Amino acid sequence: MPHDHNHSHTEPPSDVVLRVKALESLLLEKDLIDPEALDLIADAFEHKIGPRNGARVVAKAWTDPEYLERLRTDATAAIAELGFSGLQGEHMAVVENTSTVHNMTVCTLCSCYPWPTLGLPPVWYKSAPYRSRVVVDPRSVLAEFDVSVPDDKEIRVWDSSAELRYLVLPERPEGTEGWTEDQLIDLVTRDSMIGTGFPKTPTDIQ
Amino acid sequence: MNGIHDLGGMHGMGPIAPPAEEPVFKFDWERKVFALFCPAALAAGFNVDEFRHAIEQMDPAHYLESSYYEHWLASFETLMVEKGVLTQEELDARYDELKGAA
Repeated sequence: MPHDHNHSHTEPPSDVVLRVKALESLLLEKDLIDPEALDLIADAFEHKIGPRNGARVVAKAWTDPEYLERLRTDATAAIAELGFSGLQGEHMAVVENTSTVHNMTVCTLCSCYPWPTLGLPPVWYKSAPYRSRVVVDPRSVLAEFDVSVPDDKEIRVWDSSAELRYLVLPERPEGTEGWTEDQLIDLVTRDSMIGTGFPKTPTDIQ
Repeated sequence: MNGIHDLGGMHGMGPIAPPAEEPVFKFDWERKVFALFCPAALAAGFNVDEFRHAIEQMDPAHYLESSYYEHWLASFETLMVEKGVLTQEELDARYDELKGAA
């Protein structure tokens, strides 16, 4: 049985570290990489590009009906309006949770994920257990996230293609009437935009 | 292609066990491999589909056992050699050299 990536690999095999060094040093000698540029790229994904971007999209959709309509008709353009576009976000679709439908996203074939809006995916999203199971048994997957969706609510699982990335638009939490976009952002979690969680409630953040 | 990467619907892969928090990169080598994507694609002239295809060519057992950024590394090595940027001999020789020095 394949081992579980969340618990193994606490130490990377030194073989991998050496292979990375070998590749990197050869490319450096051929002047094909710039170490400073590499550092900037990694730094951007560590500190700048993350689920806070997607939360902005969600909070705006919750407060601005015209924006919501644009998101429904052309998600890629509507998300780009807020400055989020580029690699792994070239073609976006927003799937909307309602009182009768809960949406979840996956990439069974690899790990396609909307980088501009959510940043880089968590390890579990890229690993075999989630990718294999969510398409056949989403409720047991949700249980692992301590999330439960009523039996009479339909669960739709969206499998990303090589081009298209999905963003779940969660339902606006109750008790947030009159809240501003900036206040609502703090309620939107990464997992609520993947579909493995719900937004926080006003009580959660008190 | 119905390869090992086509995981949807397979059984017995174990628990997901999502941690409450995790760093963007767990190890420095992962950070390096991630950042190599754009320069590597430019240097070797490969697109995302070729990158993914090279991952799908991995040995199935190794695919399941190795982590996400090891898949990327394997793909880079394959494509660098296929596209003529590096040779397998260069990669192997440098690996041996580093291993000897380690």
